[in-house]
Amino acid sequence: MGQETMIRIRDLGKTFHTKDGDVAALHGISLDIQKGDIFGIIGMSGAGKSTLVRCMNLLERPTEGEVVFDGVDLSALTDRQLRETRRSIGMIFQQFNLLMQRTAEENVRFPLEIAKTDRKQAAARAKELLELVGLGDRLGAYPAQLSGGQKQRVAIARALASNPKVILCDEATSALDPITTNSILALLKEINRTLGVTIVIITHEMDVIEKICNRVAILDGGAVVETGRVEDIFFQPQTEAARRLVYPEGRGETPFSASAQRCYRIVFDGNSSFEPVIAGMVLDCKAPVNILFADTRDIDGKAFGQIVVQMPEDGEACARMLRYLRARELTVEEVPQDG
Amino acid sequence: MVDLIWMLLEGIWETLYMTVASTFFAYVLGLPAGVALVVCAKNGVRPCAPVFRVLDVVVNLTRSVPFLILAVAIIPFTRLVVGTSIGSPAMVVPLTVAAAPFVARLVESSLLEVDAGVVEAAQSMGAGHFQIVWKVLLPEALPSLLNGATIAVTTILSYSAMAGFVGGGGLGALAYNYGYYRYETDIMIITVILLIVIVQALQGCGNRVTARSDRRRR
Repeated sequence: MGQETMIRIRDLGKTFHTKDGDVAALHGISLDIQKGDIFGIIGMSGAGKSTLVRCMNLLERPTEGEVVFDGVDLSALTDRQLRETRRSIGMIFQQFNLLMQRTAEENVRFPLEIAKTDRKQAAARAKELLELVGLGDRLGAYPAQLSGGQKQRVAIARALASNPKVILCDEATSALDPITTNSILALLKEINRTLGVTIVIITHEMDVIEKICNRVAILDGGAVVETGRVEDIFFQPQTEAARRLVYPEGRGETPFSASAQRCYRIVFDGNSSFEPVIAGMVLDCKAPVNILFADTRDIDGKAFGQIVVQMPEDGEACARMLRYLRARELTVEEVPQDG
Repeated sequence: MVDLIWMLLEGIWETLYMTVASTFFAYVLGLPAGVALVVCAKNGVRPCAPVFRVLDVVVNLTRSVPFLILAVAIIPFTRLVVGTSIGSPAMVVPLTVAAAPFVARLVESSLLEVDAGVVEAAQSMGAGHFQIVWKVLLPEALPSLLNGATIAVTTILSYSAMAGFVGGGGLGALAYNYGYYRYETDIMIITVILLIVIVQALQGCGNRVTARSDRRRR
């Protein structure tokens, strides 16, 4: 996948005029989403995520700045041109937003009807897409007869009907249970891989980003505070907002405090997660360690996070262990005892 | 006895005639007005404050005039349209004028029930205003619209019974002329029972059609 920009946002701002004065929902946002990206935008509730994603297809009109979609400045388009461009930008929603009075197949056909596609062709396409999302046997089912995960699959098929270049996902898995969430994320990843559709994911869950995104922007208070590769942001969140999201329980900002002597923090920053480091160290040095705290994540086969261990009393064994760890290019630091 | 039956049959026919014709014309006027109220509202698909405000005021004004007063007040207009102000065809005019704003409100509230998210989804797919009304709002609101139509038709039926006072025909006129002026209570009771049966039948049909159109249940 080349480094062509799919969505380019420059200095975007959105101010809502309300009775109680102006509210700046977004300000100074610049982002580049490349073709083929699965781009995550994460933030707490009220950070402006939903407004930002709606600025990408101009469901919300930005009050400042520009949104360039595949080389076209959206705000320069006429209403008609904008409607046509929107057909290249699929969108799925937290509440699925299916037409309740239409069957699954008729829902998928809906965008094609809007584009005035030939009926027969549309029906064939709808069938093909529902098969792609694994609902080939539920063509005639109404949304009320489908589970949440199935409804989102119909919505994905519907979003794909007009062969979009991008799919925008607005909290698409937030109403689903964890297992269904995984299956929907896997489906999105597959669509990204096989059809080359760029995907933008809005979420408040770090898990979602971790599972499928390659790049991420962190939104806080209506501004992008950090953006980059997912593993970089995971390992070294630069800002308070990022740390809050990566460590929702505040583990990142309040480091483990030791209540005993000889506690060492081992930091994993992308080492192979396949190598059993601690077990290897114990076997190699023939002395036990006491694991006091561990918080690591596996991202794409690499380990990120930290483990705090209490080293053996034997000073020589301890020194050997430290050498063992440093030889594997792990960062090791002593945690000072409390009090 | 045969005369009485003929009289009642004629009454039933006139009542149904007035009700159905007025409901039809009330929807011809009220449905577009209701759609316009939703589309032009502040959070509508295509906000347009002047249109909304004018419609809103007209609907409220017409709805606040009691039917009998309205029927008398617009007699010149009725003459202009039908050529006479008495008889069942003439009654269709005031009934329509009285019912259209009511229908507009019913349609408005049905369309407002459609989830804004679904409209947004359609917009995100590039649907135009007309497509949103035609392919999203009206079909999605269909069960509620049919339910509203049932309410409209029974309400118009009860209005039509009042039409007897101002020169209209139908069962209402029979009940009024025989029961009130001639103390023939039995005829009055029969006509009232017939009215009840007609309302029940219309309501029953309406409920059934509404339920059948509703895909939101399993």
